[in-house]
Amino acid sequence: MTAHDVIIIGGGPAGLAAAIELKRLGVADILILEREKDPGGILRQCIHDGFGLHRFNESLSGPEYAARFIDQAKEMEIECLTNTSVLEITSGKQVTAASPQGMTTYQARAVVLAMGCRERTREAIRIPGSRLAGVYTAGVAQSYLNLKNIMIGRSAVILGSGDIGLIMARRLTLEGAQVKAVFEIQPHANGLPRNIEQCLNDFNIPLFLSHTVTNIKGRNRLEGVTVSQVDDNLRPIPGTEKDYACDTLIISVGLIPENELSEMAGVILDPRTHGPIVDENYQTTVSGIFAAGNVLQVHDLVDFVSLEAERLAMSVAGYLETDTLLSADFSKDSIKTSTKKINKPADFAPAEFIPIEADQSIAFTVPQYVSGQADFILSLRVRHPVRNCQIVLQQGDQIIRSVKLRKAIPAEMIQIPIKSGDLVSREKITAVLEYE
Amino acid sequence: MNRTFICIACPVGCEIEARIEESSEGPIILEIAGANCIRGRTYVENELKNPTRIVTSSVRVTGENISITSVRLTAPVPRNRMMDVIEELRKVRLTAPVSIGQIVIQNILGLGSDVIVTKPVDISGV
Repeated sequence: MTAHDVIIIGGGPAGLAAAIELKRLGVADILILEREKDPGGILRQCIHDGFGLHRFNESLSGPEYAARFIDQAKEMEIECLTNTSVLEITSGKQVTAASPQGMTTYQARAVVLAMGCRERTREAIRIPGSRLAGVYTAGVAQSYLNLKNIMIGRSAVILGSGDIGLIMARRLTLEGAQVKAVFEIQPHANGLPRNIEQCLNDFNIPLFLSHTVTNIKGRNRLEGVTVSQVDDNLRPIPGTEKDYACDTLIISVGLIPENELSEMAGVILDPRTHGPIVDENYQTTVSGIFAAGNVLQVHDLVDFVSLEAERLAMSVAGYLETDTLLSADFSKDSIKTSTKKINKPADFAPAEFIPIEADQSIAFTVPQYVSGQADFILSLRVRHPVRNCQIVLQQGDQIIRSVKLRKAIPAEMIQIPIKSGDLVSREKITAVLEYE
Repeated sequence: MNRTFICIACPVGCEIEARIEESSEGPIILEIAGANCIRGRTYVENELKNPTRIVTSSVRVTGENISITSVRLTAPVPRNRMMDVIEELRKVRLTAPVSIGQIVIQNILGLGSDVIVTKPVDISGV
């Protein structure tokens, strides 16, 4: 069994940024395991521009953004095994992977989870109707067009207003397909406002909120969909059905962090983010296993994935110095239920940590608890769009930080930098959204 | 006239409120609010005069195997010329290898923007 200081699972933007930063910090023995034939992750198929505006102050396409990291990793001689699929990670940080060369088990001192996320599918949202050709998730449609050069249809309907669906609406239109409409079950859009502007409004593609697809029709190939309006509980309203003829249905209804491997290692997930529960060092509930990027929480922008992975690298480098960080003692006893998912992550914080709780208007926070010894970035999303609002962080009655925002929408992650000196006690931190 | 714009200059996507008056020389911005940075005003001015966009797509590459690479414009072109740009890109056949930044078409359709490769393809076409 070969041993490495750090094994990084996934050679996408998070894995590459973590590797480069670790190397820069003096950690020499790093191995990246990537299941695809090339590193770069999802950026390989994101050929539209807009990447890197924060980081490089220029608007790059996905492959160009990835190349900057891939080239740097090569220059730094960071080892990246491609066509290598990790099958198992243990809580003892043994990593088993399969590649055309066979199966190999590695021993790591620290593991970085950087597997990214997956798309929710038609099955996940239970659309009735025939199982026929012509129904794709947005990312699959994107890979057909951008990686395989295969056109997927002539007339399309898009379900869900996620960013990839919006990007595909524009791409399909430019490639000659007719995109009839985008339907979103929620009363608000899920994609970034700029994508609604430049991908839908530019091409006069209508967006219908509070609508969903309620039937899929056709025999071998999709012939049309039925769309219904939904009520406040997101249930279809009988009598509002409308048929749209189309040969393609694109589903863009959300992303879920990919954590099968994390769960095998005993990492506890937050049911709100579907990613691991972490402290401010991005250390999961298993000592020496860290997570960043979309495997931890689904981000809007790759620039923020890179930054998060770089902050993780600092923690991992610190961990390697002593083989410990202040880490939560998640001995078997402390996990009282057999389920690895828990309802209120803040309640799960071990005694030496400060839990972070969110009120009803805030969907989640990452990290879920902190040691209070280091500065950190608190990431969160609001549940509903609000205007002229304020996010207030308090300990007991004392306000430790507040941020005023002209608007807050679920599509935009909010990140608040917090200094360890901002904390006034060891009491739990509560994040509250105040609005008119 | 009041009009709301969503700035597409960066991912912040500022919601900009502008009060606009029509004049003999075209629309004039009387008042503007909501932009976090200077690019907001430029964006609104362009939207009123001549909205421009970046086009990205893929083009064919021939090497030992046939494959594709992705391309983008180096500067935005008028929005109503996006389809013309796409039509030009359909005709392109590159020969592998290609590298990032390689110019595919210089000054496409005289619009003052170059088409460049955004993904490397080696001789084997991967």
